[in-house]
Amino acid sequence: MKKYLTTQDAASRNDFMTYGMVLAAFIIVQILSATGLLNSQMKGLLVPLCIYSIMAISLNLVVGILGELSIGHAGFMCVGAFAAAFFSKCTDGAMPDILRFIIAIIIGGIVAGIFGFLIGIPVLRLNGDYLAIVTLAFGEIIKNVINVLYIGRDANGFHISASSANNLGLDAATGEIIVNGPQGITGTPKDSTFLIAMIVLIICLVVVLNLIHSRDGRAIMAIRDNHIAAESVGIHLTKYKLTAFTISAVIAGFAGALYAHNLASLIATPARFGYNMSIMFLVFVVLGGIGSTRGAIIAAVILTLIPEVLRFLANYRMLIYSIVLIVIMLINWSQRSRAWMEQHKLGRFIYKKKSKAKEGGA
Amino acid sequence: MVSFFTNLINGLSLGSIYAIIAIGYTMVYGIARMLNFAHGDIIMIGAFVSYTAISSMGLPTPLGVIGAIVACTVLGVVIEKIAYKPLRKAASPLAVLITAIGVSYFLQNSALLIFGSDPKMYKSVVPFQNVQIGPFLIPGTTIVSIAVSIILVAALQAFINNTKPGQAMLACSQDRDAASLMGISVNGTITLTFAIGSAMAAIAGVLLCSAYPSLSPTTGAMPGIKAFVAAVFGGIGSIPGAMIGGLVLGVIEILGRAYISSQLSDAIVFSVLIIVLLFKPTGLFGKVIQEKV
Repeated sequence: MKKYLTTQDAASRNDFMTYGMVLAAFIIVQILSATGLLNSQMKGLLVPLCIYSIMAISLNLVVGILGELSIGHAGFMCVGAFAAAFFSKCTDGAMPDILRFIIAIIIGGIVAGIFGFLIGIPVLRLNGDYLAIVTLAFGEIIKNVINVLYIGRDANGFHISASSANNLGLDAATGEIIVNGPQGITGTPKDSTFLIAMIVLIICLVVVLNLIHSRDGRAIMAIRDNHIAAESVGIHLTKYKLTAFTISAVIAGFAGALYAHNLASLIATPARFGYNMSIMFLVFVVLGGIGSTRGAIIAAVILTLIPEVLRFLANYRMLIYSIVLIVIMLINWSQRSRAWMEQHKLGRFIYKKKSKAKEGGA
Repeated sequence: MVSFFTNLINGLSLGSIYAIIAIGYTMVYGIARMLNFAHGDIIMIGAFVSYTAISSMGLPTPLGVIGAIVACTVLGVVIEKIAYKPLRKAASPLAVLITAIGVSYFLQNSALLIFGSDPKMYKSVVPFQNVQIGPFLIPGTTIVSIAVSIILVAALQAFINNTKPGQAMLACSQDRDAASLMGISVNGTITLTFAIGSAMAAIAGVLLCSAYPSLSPTTGAMPGIKAFVAAVFGGIGSIPGAMIGGLVLGVIEILGRAYISSQLSDAIVFSVLIIVLLFKPTGLFGKVIQEKV
């Protein structure tokens, strides 16, 4: 605890490095694409990389800073994606594209935040693995419900049905199906660009890093380290837990909005918003060093690129990926390899990262 | 009325399969304190081994089933030794969770490479077809599933309560350090737990594919999650809880599919879980652990 007071400078230096890394990445990508060194496959990956980095920041807030395990974060992303895409479909052409997109992103965040808040109230009473399973359950429910949801619009207003598009009772002349059950939302304007995704990423970064170093952030980390001690010094557990959880959901909603506007059709398939996706975000956070925002972003980028780089391996790609994952975890976390690295002075990087993670630095 | 009972019995059948898987989950959690996300994929491996032995190699059915059990037991123990044991004392419990996810990917993709992605038709291991009891026509697999699960739970309870290794497992689940001070080999006990859990997963895989005869590398994923839910539902770490949780979950799923909405059956299952956890935050039979300061 004493270290907190003296590491104020170190913490801001650490944040500075995180911002610097993101900006450097942005500039390098701009130079590469201006000189034509970036092939189309890599260009297509730029927006997803930002989206996954935002998700890594979001989940790191819950897992690393708040210290609760969430394996349903793709659910918040899904809510944000559908809310934003719904808004864009309804207002397409009614206002300038860029304004509409900004409002859509904000709406995605707000709707996901409302869900995060509502789910957080009952869920945060639980702890540990019970909380994890409820977040998983929530993610699956969201996906399932969206798959049976039909929303259409005609001259008389909106029509909602939970069984089929025919039951909407749309006016034949002016009717338009917006959310079409398992087919989801098609024809969302493709607004997500690398620049906008990067701006959203940096905004999320500013919010989260400032939160971590604020009074509220300290309170949240105190709850993580020892909730009984935190409560006994007067920290309101539910309030701070809910704050962190809701902010995390809002950020996930932003990511969802970007995601929705990067695809021609938005479908709530298990592959996109299911539990595997949530698990993937969790892998980013754990591999990046739990609690380290910068580490989470780096892990998100590397782990998204590995399968793409390994594409030449065809069917062996995901097998290699899983082996790499297991080996990295064993090297990084097992006691024996840590002792070996310490002995050979190789572990300084990892140890440094870990001690910072404990302090809750960036 | 007849259709209600048919649905109920189908639910119990599915539930008893969930129960067998959930018991594996809950035992590993109770003793090794980890969520073994690869458990669902061991089910799939068990089903594939028996499929290869029976349908491809033409071995007799009992031999195929025993082969699957042996293969999964070995696999479970090897996974534990290679991937989980080095991380048992890691600083964060999440480390071993992520490794388990890695193992899960590894098993799924290995199966994908060996067997391909197109679903295989699994031939039921139950030799008899439907049985007529009064007005009800009950499929043979249903009877076998329910019977096997009851036998397994009874045997497991007897093993834990009446044998030395069983008592060692109980001791490890209560206090690992105290158990090792009493001369119990904690490592050995954890290995034994993984062996038993994996063997049960193999049996569950054979039964699952006999009842729902489509076998692909992702067959185990969803039943694995459902069984995990069942284990939490009953109070994770409790064997009777896992049994009850599995049965309740299976019945809710089938009845929900039949009477409410077939597309929303998963959402119904998960909603019930959330509601139960709100009123009983440690599941139906979970122990409330008082935290000491």
